[in-house]
Amino acid sequence: MLILGISLVLILIGLYAIITKRNMIKVAVGFALMEYAVNFLFAIIGFHKVPGMKIIPPILMEVKTTANVLSSYSDPVPQALVLTSIVIGLGVTAFMLSLALRIYNRIGSFDLDEIKRLKG
Amino acid sequence: MSGMTPIVKVIARTVAGFIFVYGCYIILYGHLSPGGGFAGGAIVAAGLILSRLAFGTSAAQERSTSISSSIFESSGGILFLLVAVLGLVIFAQGAGFFFKNLFPEFGKGGTLVSAGSIPLSNIAIGIKVGAAMLSIFVVLASTKYIFKE
Amino acid sequence: MEILNALINITDKGAGFLHSIPALLIAIPLGAAFLAPILFKLWKRLAEIITGLAVTACLVLAIYLVLFLGNTPIVYTFSGGNWEFIQNLLPLGIVFVVDKLAAFMLLVVSILVFFAYLFGLKYLERFTGLGKYYTLYLLMFTGMIGLVMTGDLFNMFVFMEIAAISSYALVAFGTEPEELEAGFKYMVMGEIASIMILLSIAFIYSSTSTLNLAHLSYAFTQMQTQMASTPGFRAGFYFVLILLMFSFSLKAALVPFHSWLPDAHPSAPAPISALLSGVFIKVLGVYAMVRILYNVYGFSWESSPEVFTALIVLGLASIIAGSLLALNQKDYKRLLAYSSISQVGYIILGFGIGNLFALIGALAHILAHALGKGLLFLTSGSVVYRTGERDLGKLGGGLGKYMPWTSLTYNLGALSVAGIPPFLGFFSKMFIILGAIDLARVWDSDPSKPGWTMIAVAIIAGLFAVVTLGYLLKITNQVFWGKSEEKRTLKESPFIMVFAMVSLVVLLLAGGVAFFFWLKPELLGPAADVLLKGTKYGELVLPGLFGAGG
Repeated sequence: MLILGISLVLILIGLYAIITKRNMIKVAVGFALMEYAVNFLFAIIGFHKVPGMKIIPPILMEVKTTANVLSSYSDPVPQALVLTSIVIGLGVTAFMLSLALRIYNRIGSFDLDEIKRLKG
Repeated sequence: MSGMTPIVKVIARTVAGFIFVYGCYIILYGHLSPGGGFAGGAIVAAGLILSRLAFGTSAAQERSTSISSSIFESSGGILFLLVAVLGLVIFAQGAGFFFKNLFPEFGKGGTLVSAGSIPLSNIAIGIKVGAAMLSIFVVLASTKYIFKE
Repeated sequence: MEILNALINITDKGAGFLHSIPALLIAIPLGAAFLAPILFKLWKRLAEIITGLAVTACLVLAIYLVLFLGNTPIVYTFSGGNWEFIQNLLPLGIVFVVDKLAAFMLLVVSILVFFAYLFGLKYLERFTGLGKYYTLYLLMFTGMIGLVMTGDLFNMFVFMEIAAISSYALVAFGTEPEELEAGFKYMVMGEIASIMILLSIAFIYSSTSTLNLAHLSYAFTQMQTQMASTPGFRAGFYFVLILLMFSFSLKAALVPFHSWLPDAHPSAPAPISALLSGVFIKVLGVYAMVRILYNVYGFSWESSPEVFTALIVLGLASIIAGSLLALNQKDYKRLLAYSSISQVGYIILGFGIGNLFALIGALAHILAHALGKGLLFLTSGSVVYRTGERDLGKLGGGLGKYMPWTSLTYNLGALSVAGIPPFLGFFSKMFIILGAIDLARVWDSDPSKPGWTMIAVAIIAGLFAVVTLGYLLKITNQVFWGKSEEKRTLKESPFIMVFAMVSLVVLLLAGGVAFFFWLKPELLGPAADVLLKGTKYGELVLPGLFGAGG
């Protein structure tokens, strides 16, 4: 529950940065924050704590029975998914920063208010 | 960019090679230990970026780097796809599928030569990620502030 | 050589070939996307050629799928490794599912991608960096195809991101300040939606421990008893549902969330505008939302009327606001973009009404609007190619004399989008309105349900078809008809561009003529049936699981 609260707060901080900040770099930082918060939540989901048992990373050292495998290892699926979404987040952040740089080259400002040319 | 102070240059010269080799290790052992193509490729790219930051580059070098890294990136992607498609194509008579293991009974479990076509995919991803990270860096770093009032 | 022989072997096996189409549909455009920048460095035309080959191959495969797909869906599992010991119980590995609905969407996507590629051959000559353009184009195509075929929730997110990130780059491709700004704005909105989808996937995985769509539909049916007993669980369920609907509405640009679309779609080059308005918002927003609401959650009017009411309200708001905003536009492509909002509203309205008539109408409108709005954006490209001008006031009128084919195809396409009888657009809107009337008839026998609201919905939908004609004829009036003051030296666009536009008109006309003979019984009917079956989708995809669970 604590984890859920922390990551929701982080998501809201990121959303606040995206909505209120007018600087494009700060918007990109807000996105990175949101992305990491969701990844954090997602990765934590995999660790289901079974009482009296140690949490082991999901690497198969020796073959065990099915029941043993399912109860003692932490779930590998969220970790794989988070790795994928980190890659996606990298692409998004890189593209957003290069777009911001391109806009700066054309207009001379990172401020979203100063480049407002589209309307309607 | 004209490079940094001699201290940085000396340390970077010593460390960059180790970082590169460590990245290759992470890529090659991806099927046995945590890591793999993406993490290893990122470390390889970090080694390359470190030496570029320390020593600086000319505009011509930047241009050639961006061309070669885009070629490496594409060929990494093609290699990865080739491993997948070979799994579909080689096993004819309907037995093959996308990403089918090419060498099912090859090597010994737990050693470097094992796990079928997973190491091949890891190497392909490592090439692609390393080149992509480098080209992202080059593009962001070589964007000069050309704006004039 | 050996590879070629093996490929022929697969082809000979018939059923085996049909089964491996999903993998080929991903592999071909993805491989071409990686090859394009390398080949572009060798010779510029090679990138165009490889893109053309990939797009044509995908179109042929999609047509093959539509013609030969049986009633059982193709289930394609990527299960490397020896996982047989739980294989029979749980779906391990990523699944592609191609049923009739997916095949229909594949056909729509690949037709429009093919003609936009043909149009772009000439149109894009003045742009630089075409190697990157073709890579992004093919990646966007891959993303849309994968999103349509996938049977896995997280894979859906990944393909959505592949398509979306390519589209952000393509919107900003012209690198004018306006285009860059539109790209940034589009990216901010699109990424908020993507992150919300990822968050809802995290919640869904934490409560069901599965991501397979078929298995999820099973898990959701099992969850009903748990939901009735614990109120907190019920709140979480609806929180995730609302999160998903919000994100997909943002991707589909339904009215409260539409602000990015009129900036983003006109800023892209014309073939990309045609793709974005024609298929992109429908695949990323509408198809994904409808697949999840109908086949995974298994909603129907009986079980959860509030979801369908929400869809109808969103659809009506989009129809009304999109049309009224379009009436006042001064920019050729911007007007068409607002029109897209309104037409997507019709599609959502059809899915919200949710009986057989309306579903057939909504699916037909996906096809009709993809072809029609794609065509209209291509004509805008043709006008821009010759005049370099998008402002309706500055175009000055009288272009019809110089560009007869562009004028003719624009007018016929506008008639189809507005819904005038011989064209496909008429039948789609008619079926949506018929669905509303049919639902009103059903509701009339039940005193607790207000049947007159559905009649009102039908009347509004019919009325705004006329408004559609109004704002589309505004372009006809101000651009193509009338006389210009000064004498101009304009020519018709090159042959390949005219060919793409005329082919789309012919397809619209053929779709209208063949609607009752072929389109409805063979294509739209089975596709609508997939949606009407609801969670039976899960039984078709994973027969073992449902057999064991009872």
